[in-house]
Amino acid sequence: MFVVAAIALIVAMMLVLARLYAGPTLYDRVISVNVFGTHTVLLIGVVGFLSDRPDFLDIALLYALINFVGTIAVLKFFRYRAIGDIPQSQIGKGGTK
Amino acid sequence: MTGAELIIEVLSWIAIVGGGLFVIIGSVGVVRFPDFWSRLHAASIVDSAGVILLVVGMCLQAGPTLITVKLLIIGVFLFITGPTATHAVANAALVSGVLPLGEMKRPKTIAKKQPAKAAPVTSPRKKKARKS
Repeated sequence: MFVVAAIALIVAMMLVLARLYAGPTLYDRVISVNVFGTHTVLLIGVVGFLSDRPDFLDIALLYALINFVGTIAVLKFFRYRAIGDIPQSQIGKGGTK
Repeated sequence: MTGAELIIEVLSWIAIVGGGLFVIIGSVGVVRFPDFWSRLHAASIVDSAGVILLVVGMCLQAGPTLITVKLLIIGVFLFITGPTATHAVANAALVSGVLPLGEMKRPKTIAKKQPAKAAPVTSPRKKKARKS
């Protein structure tokens, strides 16, 4: 049954990659990367079950953490053009198109 | 194979195949839907239904061990961060002016209040966003 889940996840990842390539706006691409990361977390867990090595779940948890932080960091960068401290004058302004 | 084992096997089959189905449905939606806001809606199917069903199926396969605890931690984490990330993307897109399909210009409430000086990024902005 894990083979079925792995195949479904890989097909879904291919589809999301198509949107990542074609997405007209930046936010479509951010959404695609986010969904792709979720798929990757699930795929790592499923592959851990397939190969009988449950240690993979630790890697999956780490990947979930990095995925979330990465999405927020990309959004923050494209809104303020800085990842660290934001100048006070920038805070009320909108982002880029 | 006893009866209880058979029931657990059948339940985890249903959960994992259903999870794979929802994952594919969400991804097809991300590819096929016409504009950004409907794609956002499709993407959150993967974050909720797909993740829950796949994690529950894997938990049923693992039995009461440490693996189940790790899986539940992953599931709870994804269940919290998925909608948070979706909300952050939606808020950023709204502020930067991505329009829904068929909408010609930005809603007046946002367009007017946008140039307000140095408003804090917290709750007032979100209230403005909801009004539209």
